[in-house]
Amino acid sequence: MMPRLRNAPPRYWLVVIAVVFFLGFPTVISSFQSSLWAQALILAIAVMGLNILVGYSGQLSLGHGAFMALGAYTSAILAHRYKMDYLLTIPIATLFTGLVGFLFGFPALRLSPLYLALATFALAVVTPSLIKRPEGLTGGVQGIILIQPDPPPFASDLFAAVTGTAMTSDQWIYYISLFCALLLFWVAWNLVRHRPGRAMRALRDGEVAAAAYGVNIAGFKTLAFGISAFYAGIAGSLFGLATGFVSPDTFPVSLSIQLLVGAVVGGLASIPGPLLGAIFAYFLPIEANQWVPSQSWIPDQVASTVKNAGPAVSYGVLLILIMIFAPNGIVGLIRAGYDWLYRRLRGATDRETGQLPPDPQTV
Amino acid sequence: MGRIAPRLAAVAVFMVTLAACGGGTGTTSQTDVGITSNSILLGNTIAQSGPAAAYGTIANAELAYFTYINSQGGVNGRKINFKILDDAYNPAQTVPLTKQLVEQDQVFAMFSGLGTQAQTSVRDYLNSKKVPQLFVATGATTWGKDFASNQWTMSWQPPYQGESHIYAKDVLAKHSSAKIGVLYQNDDYGQDYLKGLTDGLGAKASMIVAKESYDVTAANTAAQLTKLKAAGVDTLFLFSTPGFTIKSLVIVTLLHWQPTIYLNSVSNPQVYMGLAAKAGAANQNVTSVSYLKDPTDSQWAGDDGMKLYKTVIANCSKCDPNDGFNIYGVAVAYTMVDVLKQAGSTLTRANVMKIASSQLNETNPFLLPGVKLTTTSSDHFPIMQEQVITWTGTGWKLQGTLIDERGTIK
Amino acid sequence: MQEFFQQVVSGIAIGGIFASLALALVLIYNAMGLVNFAQGEMAMFATFVAYALINRGMSYWIAFPITLVLAFGGGILIQRLVIKPVERAPVLTLVIITLGLATLVNGFAGFIFGYVPRSFPSPFSADSADLFGVFISYRDMGVIAVSGLVLLGVYLLLQRTTVGLTMRAAAHHPEASRLLGVQVSWMLALGWGLASAVGAVSGIMVAPILLLEPNMMQSIIIYAFAAAVLGGIESPLGAVIGGLIVGVTVNLAGAYLPGVGGDLQLAVGLAIIIAVLIARPNGLFGRAAIRRV
Repeated sequence: MMPRLRNAPPRYWLVVIAVVFFLGFPTVISSFQSSLWAQALILAIAVMGLNILVGYSGQLSLGHGAFMALGAYTSAILAHRYKMDYLLTIPIATLFTGLVGFLFGFPALRLSPLYLALATFALAVVTPSLIKRPEGLTGGVQGIILIQPDPPPFASDLFAAVTGTAMTSDQWIYYISLFCALLLFWVAWNLVRHRPGRAMRALRDGEVAAAAYGVNIAGFKTLAFGISAFYAGIAGSLFGLATGFVSPDTFPVSLSIQLLVGAVVGGLASIPGPLLGAIFAYFLPIEANQWVPSQSWIPDQVASTVKNAGPAVSYGVLLILIMIFAPNGIVGLIRAGYDWLYRRLRGATDRETGQLPPDPQTV
Repeated sequence: MGRIAPRLAAVAVFMVTLAACGGGTGTTSQTDVGITSNSILLGNTIAQSGPAAAYGTIANAELAYFTYINSQGGVNGRKINFKILDDAYNPAQTVPLTKQLVEQDQVFAMFSGLGTQAQTSVRDYLNSKKVPQLFVATGATTWGKDFASNQWTMSWQPPYQGESHIYAKDVLAKHSSAKIGVLYQNDDYGQDYLKGLTDGLGAKASMIVAKESYDVTAANTAAQLTKLKAAGVDTLFLFSTPGFTIKSLVIVTLLHWQPTIYLNSVSNPQVYMGLAAKAGAANQNVTSVSYLKDPTDSQWAGDDGMKLYKTVIANCSKCDPNDGFNIYGVAVAYTMVDVLKQAGSTLTRANVMKIASSQLNETNPFLLPGVKLTTTSSDHFPIMQEQVITWTGTGWKLQGTLIDERGTIK
Repeated sequence: MQEFFQQVVSGIAIGGIFASLALALVLIYNAMGLVNFAQGEMAMFATFVAYALINRGMSYWIAFPITLVLAFGGGILIQRLVIKPVERAPVLTLVIITLGLATLVNGFAGFIFGYVPRSFPSPFSADSADLFGVFISYRDMGVIAVSGLVLLGVYLLLQRTTVGLTMRAAAHHPEASRLLGVQVSWMLALGWGLASAVGAVSGIMVAPILLLEPNMMQSIIIYAFAAAVLGGIESPLGAVIGGLIVGVTVNLAGAYLPGVGGDLQLAVGLAIIIAVLIARPNGLFGRAAIRRV
């Protein structure tokens, strides 16, 4: 699949900064901004799932929005119809979606990456009409309205102590999402460092060789699908909570594409990649036709063209540019920049570092 | 504008009440979030990209009307600013964009948000925040019917069910032994129309001998229409969106089938009938209803309302004046401006909502002559009059008189 | 019984539309082992170009070939600009680029031409033929006939000309071809140009039936995928026959299969794709699939 990034040692201080940043962020931004960032974090979880499938196991899915829909609807139906506490429905929805994904992995075994892309893309397109059909269960096109939870007293008090204002539902949902995201990123990080991750990467880089080393190909491929769907399921469940509403049109094919964009733009087969990619993929369509026209330094003609052309055009252009010029995504760019800076700061030329120049024949 | 006079008394009473409750700060004017001494900020979410992007022009037409009003001095000296955000017809985007407009941009009210699913997704939120969700651009019956539990939300256009009642009456009067077949879109839109027809036929609902649904993702409706024809249907109802209505009219002709056709008002602008004809549709025996003046209909050429529409829409360079959605946008914007004007110096969310939901009594120059927008404390469907029209081959001909369905939706 | 035959014939009619787009998909696959997710959008855009030419007073019969030439050039241009820089990258990269392209072209068409549906002229009569009480429109027959002609042309080009042979060699054995002095990259560009032109034919033929608007092809691209997969994704003949089979199947399933109904037709398309890929990945007419490793 993608040219691999070299395995840099984890930079713990970066992780600490990120965690502190995300914990403190809602205290300095508005409740509305928190709700956006909650959505971005939720998207990051789903993108992480897709990253495990695409980046680490080399299977291409363009239909992960369908798994998010499954997670969201499982939670919504349990909460709305069976009056369960929404937070309790999250693990159920997650496990259920993971199981479905695992089973989905078996037919997927038989498909080449291209065919898998085709089949999953078709699945993404069909998802809204499939949701509409069992009307008694899903509420059909009316959708299901979900009640957003009020923050519990301890969280509210703590938040009030820091900021002086009471915590809103949106802020509480942000922290729930952040908690899930941290947990799942930690799980993913452990996963890829240990045997399953190594096995999956071996698979991705060559099934025959992996089999020769005793990797259970079918087992790990379906496992990757299961884990990936597990992530999409929890993201879907949280997505329903954060949106406060699920309906067929909430899960259009563009959601699946947004997930893919997040995975690719962030940088495949990396742990920080999905977070950065999801933030990018979430905010780009929202900001593309708001931010550009609001900037006075951008010529009016350009600004109004961007605004009128809509987010689709900017989305498409950026997707293509990134694939061509930065195939390892944002993480790849950051690493390249870091390496460049590192060399410059050492004040040494490449030759003096003792590294071999890149072999011109291995492109 | 003489009708404003009797309103003044009510407004005055309302102001006194508010002042008595301790809400009053001055004697001259009262305002809310989103209002400054010289501006009013309204927000809107609509599909300007994605599958339903064809509707996006409505917001542009509304903006054109506000621009026109601003050039005439605005509303009581305040200019209307209108912020339009594209939700791509996806409720998951409607929610954050609406929150943005309310919490960050601090709009006074949401105006003419489009799509039943999208607007349902933010109804609870806007009601809990007490932000007017005015004149949503969907004809689902829930907006008027469930007003009691959502007192900050209102629609504007005639509800789909009310329109269907008129078809039922027309069928019973003109084709009492008809074998009715229905083609409907499998969403709230199609289902509402179907329910209205079934209710309207009442005891004679068994006249519906077959019904077939299609999904918006369908390539065409040939399979469904073939079945309806085979079922012996002689009166066909098309409860579909314009693209599918056009294709269906063509397929009916290709099947050498000549049923009496009823099609819903969303799909009946002349532009679409013309497209169907060019694609081969015979368009024979077609009946529909109307409440808006059709910009392509020559009978309105000298009409003051239509002249005003043409002036207004010239403010929007990318709006096609012949597009039926644009006159819809201008007409609903007219009502919004009317409500804001009536609110006068008590430009509060509560007062605007009160006027819109219970004191509306407006003659709108872009609607058919005689159509009156009315709301009372017990009736929150502003437009309930429509007129039967039949297709002549080159244009629509108004039949009979306005039919008033007020009070028929329980 | 008449109803059944009518359903079959209507299915063939819509199947012809699927087939015409599937042909373009197959050409790209043959050129570089890729499914072009932007194929439908490119066809739609080319049709808009034809529309603009005709609207400016150009005759249909002049606008048609000019559009084909422009589409051919446009296809080559796209290949040079966005595909060539990554042509040896993994499938994933290419798939994402074509998805980006689809989004871009769709949004761009909406920006330029708006979303109001437009009628598009057709050389065929808008009437339909009566075959013992079963009706098929001349336009639908026209789509099938033109697809047949395109199929013949593609066949002759790929199988009977040096250019075709070189193209196939470049796609299947790029390294060996390169050693033999074939400009592999330009052969791929030629493939894109051809597919783009074939797509333009499809768009121009189906626009009078589907009405021209930016989302015109979105309702049929999945069926076109199903058609291409069913026929064996590298077989042009398979694409046409696959298209017709998919059209008939979808129509009959929608009409007669309990629990499907008219509103789940697209799910039938999905079921065809998945069933074929699992049970017979090479489709009806395909040989063992080539895989880019």
